Amino acid sequence: MARDPEITRNIDWVTVMFYIGCVLMGWLNVYAAVYSPETHPSLIDFSTNAGKQLMWIGTTIILIICILVLNHRFFDTFAYVIYAVMIVGLLLVLVAGTNINGSRSWIKYGAFQIQPAEFAKLATALALAKYLDVPGLNLTKRKDLLPIGGLLILPCLLILASNETGSTLVFASFIIMLYREGLPGWIPATGIVLALLLVVALIFPKLYIFGAILALGGLVVWLMPRYNRTSRNLISIGLVGVAMMVFATGVDFFVNKVLQPHQRNRIKVLIDPNVDPLGVGWNVTQAKIAIGSGRLSGKGFLEGTQTKFDFVPEQSTDFIFCTIGEEHGFLGSLIVVALFMGLLCRIIFLAEKQRSRFARVYGYCVGGIIFFHVMINIGMTIGLMPVIGIPLPFFSYGGSSLWSFSMLLFIFLKLDSRRAMTLSRV
Amino acid sequence: MLENRKYSVIAAFLIVGAIYLFRLFYLQILDDSYSLGSSKNSIKRVIEIPYRGQIYDRSGKLIVYNTPVYDLYVTPKEMKVPDTLAFCRMMDITRSDFDSIIGLAKAYSSLKPSLFLRQLSKEDYARIQDALVDYRGFTPVMSSMRTYPAHTLANALGYVSQISKKKLDEQEVPYYRQGDYIGHNGLEQQYETDLRGRRGVKFVMQNVRGVNKGSWKNGAFDTLAVAGQNLYTSIDLDVQQFADSLMLNKVGSIVAVEPSTGEILVSVSAPSYDPNLLSSRFFSKNYVKLARNPYKPLINRPIMASYRPGSTFKLIQALVAQQQGTLFPSTFYSHAGAPVGCHCAGGYTLRGAIAKSCNPYFYYVFRRMIYANGDRNTFRASAIGLQQWHDAVYKFGIGQKLGVDLPSELRGNLPDVDDYDRMYRGPLRWKFSNVYSLSIGEGELLISPLKLVNLAAAVANRGYWIVPHYVKGIGQLGAGIPDQYLEKHSVGIDPQYFTPVIEGMRGAVVQGTVDKAANLPGTELCGKTGTSQNAKMGHRFDHSIFIGFAPMNSPKIAVAVFVENAGWGGDAAARVAALVVERYLKRKTEANALKGRVIEANYMPRLAPARPVAPRKIDSVAKPAAPKPMMTGRPTAKPAPVAISGN
Repeated sequence: MARDPEITRNIDWVTVMFYIGCVLMGWLNVYAAVYSPETHPSLIDFSTNAGKQLMWIGTTIILIICILVLNHRFFDTFAYVIYAVMIVGLLLVLVAGTNINGSRSWIKYGAFQIQPAEFAKLATALALAKYLDVPGLNLTKRKDLLPIGGLLILPCLLILASNETGSTLVFASFIIMLYREGLPGWIPATGIVLALLLVVALIFPKLYIFGAILALGGLVVWLMPRYNRTSRNLISIGLVGVAMMVFATGVDFFVNKVLQPHQRNRIKVLIDPNVDPLGVGWNVTQAKIAIGSGRLSGKGFLEGTQTKFDFVPEQSTDFIFCTIGEEHGFLGSLIVVALFMGLLCRIIFLAEKQRSRFARVYGYCVGGIIFFHVMINIGMTIGLMPVIGIPLPFFSYGGSSLWSFSMLLFIFLKLDSRRAMTLSRV
Repeated sequence: MLENRKYSVIAAFLIVGAIYLFRLFYLQILDDSYSLGSSKNSIKRVIEIPYRGQIYDRSGKLIVYNTPVYDLYVTPKEMKVPDTLAFCRMMDITRSDFDSIIGLAKAYSSLKPSLFLRQLSKEDYARIQDALVDYRGFTPVMSSMRTYPAHTLANALGYVSQISKKKLDEQEVPYYRQGDYIGHNGLEQQYETDLRGRRGVKFVMQNVRGVNKGSWKNGAFDTLAVAGQNLYTSIDLDVQQFADSLMLNKVGSIVAVEPSTGEILVSVSAPSYDPNLLSSRFFSKNYVKLARNPYKPLINRPIMASYRPGSTFKLIQALVAQQQGTLFPSTFYSHAGAPVGCHCAGGYTLRGAIAKSCNPYFYYVFRRMIYANGDRNTFRASAIGLQQWHDAVYKFGIGQKLGVDLPSELRGNLPDVDDYDRMYRGPLRWKFSNVYSLSIGEGELLISPLKLVNLAAAVANRGYWIVPHYVKGIGQLGAGIPDQYLEKHSVGIDPQYFTPVIEGMRGAVVQGTVDKAANLPGTELCGKTGTSQNAKMGHRFDHSIFIGFAPMNSPKIAVAVFVENAGWGGDAAARVAALVVERYLKRKTEANALKGRVIEANYMPRLAPARPVAPRKIDSVAKPAAPKPMMTGRPTAKPAPVAISGN
């Protein structure tokens, strides 16, 4: 079975093409980000980030081959074992991890570092898929939802303990999969409304928010068909409005009265970078300048000025999108966004075609995780999202990130190739 | 039904994608405020470094201010020096200096400016300003330099210098950049964020020739520099400088606090250095010289030196034992049978024992305290008693970091049961006879001068202390003092037990261990002398210690003085303390004869092989090499009789 010659034929080559496109563009941009006109480093100089990234790409190809050669039952059978190993890894990093940039989440060996939190998403996705594979599971029942919550919370807490807020937030992306599998629609809706309220409550004065909620309630009532305006419905709309106001006031009170000034600033900076114009606000302004200066077609490969002279911090990891925006302009940005959208739609399309629930759930997890990363990462460089340090999949410099995203994707492609194989035999 | 949800998911993906594309379209095509490439002008970012806050003493006298200086930057690609030799002569550097600086600058970048010479004074700059027209590629940048008009307090202040590579990498929010100035050690480090202010950033448009064309976008992205806040310290500059002069030719420290507030009035670390040495352009040369000085002037002794407290510790013993109920003002012990030596006649009650610093008296006090729990197994009794004693002493701040507002305070040492179990390799293998040297402040105790002045303040306050601190205001006098410097810490001793101890301390000054000359009229000084063992470690003299406060009934100042290698605590240290107290209470010095004697005294230790700083953690008591468990309370093999000095 392991030496099935059909393996490569049944792989979904459309997805692989999207993948190769992303990785290659990412590598060239890492090179551009570290390129300095004074030294002319070579593309494969192993002392630069670009050279190291090439090495990471090489090791990733080996990993991909391993995944494709493995029996497809492996991931199903060992899902919980992989999850357990990941939990142990996260515990280990808390004890023996190395502190980098204030977060204790790296295991260091020689010149290279590995971040176990990057792999936690993968293991959790497998475990969730395995758990949901049980027939008759109903996501509207609390009994079935509780263990899922447990599977999610455990790695979240461990990653949070190692001070990686960004990686923890990524776990919110599993809600997309849960929604597809039957989670009542009001749960994600409430989540989105609460997140919006949280942001809004920190930016605008209370009076505006109250006014906006009142106006919104009025609008809903006004748009309602007349026969629906029963007193029961009106009261519930009123209650929801009051609950939103209470929540907004609570957030405001908690942040301004309970938290210490330095903690308060940390939160405010997340929402509104202008609070700290020299720290995070500086990064966002510089990122916007870099992207904005790209215009329609960009300044050309290696011709960027803003990303060259250290204007943009973290330019080869979290802010890699700035290099694309500056050097390749709107067209380049369009291509990257389109690449990701194509990849995401393809993943959802494939996931829906799966015959086993395991593969479908896993596919949705992959789509959700990649979507969340893309949304946050690009969003923060163009000033639409808070600055949360998570990488752009396949683009950002860093072995852990490239490895984990490639494994995530190719395990799904492996599961998918199996479906194609059985189909072709029938 | 659920299958249809895939459309919602895909729709959500595409909506976000569309929003982002629209935003990118707006940023990159519609909004030209971000487009720099369209015009010939380029944007130059100019960083404005604000003035660092000044530092004042408690009455508003300046301790630290900033002098404007010029840093000269060079851009190698633009540099044109027609006559290198003449240029070097003008700059007062050698040809090889010039070559190496330019070499480094080129290695960094030939297009970006690098530092060429820093901190040229106004006069120097005026001298070369006109001549610089002939040389291209050099730009002066206004900067400032810390100046210390009072020439004192170097160790407590710390210094300001370029940020180190390590600190640069460690910062959480990237504020500092290579070459930025930052406070190191002392108050400059502790209050760095208040003192430094906020850096400003200005965007200036320049054309291709580098000529300024005004601000970019009317300054929409500029942030103004905010000057640093001034720091008001509780130091009394006049007394501080007077205390400095007393410590001439001595190694040690003086710390004085106001007992009711915990404010540090005087903080002397001797030998010290002129803080101006570390702010000039000769920083590295001077720093290396100071770091190599065998008397270690860079160590801030009040918080970083650790000594055995010697007899000053008897104050705590007397208080803790009274609170425990094993000691009364009338309790009488003679010298008989005690394994510790003494210099007094012996046979005192509590007041006399403190005044005369009777060693056997406190040996018996400690013994009764340890065995008060009455356990029949003397080993277990010792362990229980020692732990109770440890917990009571801990409340005085001994064996913990007090939390003074300086980095690098040391914890010191207060041994507990676990420590002795480890030392004797197991529980119940040691007892009172192994640890009795604690009774007179020797043994495993390690205490910094700051903790001893805190003890004096706690006694002066009759039962509480406030963490000693330097800050008396941030921005303005009395503002922004952290809460922990207002909180009272109780020592857990009832007020009535302080009366006999304080009377004993007064007795020590009037007719006890203190030199008669140090009993200055009108100060009502109460004190306790101490002599920290040092002579045994191959030195000629012990360390002289004195702690005390004055006046007796409404204390205004508590003081601790350490003079290393000066012998008896009643002599050198007590004299220094008396003069400092008099100066603070009367604002003038009347005992000029005593002052003259103190200033002339020279206690600098011989250098080799002695170490000038108190050795840390060398056990003074001869402990049995392999302690054997013993069944009776009476030691069969007494440790070699140690004549522990203490006065």
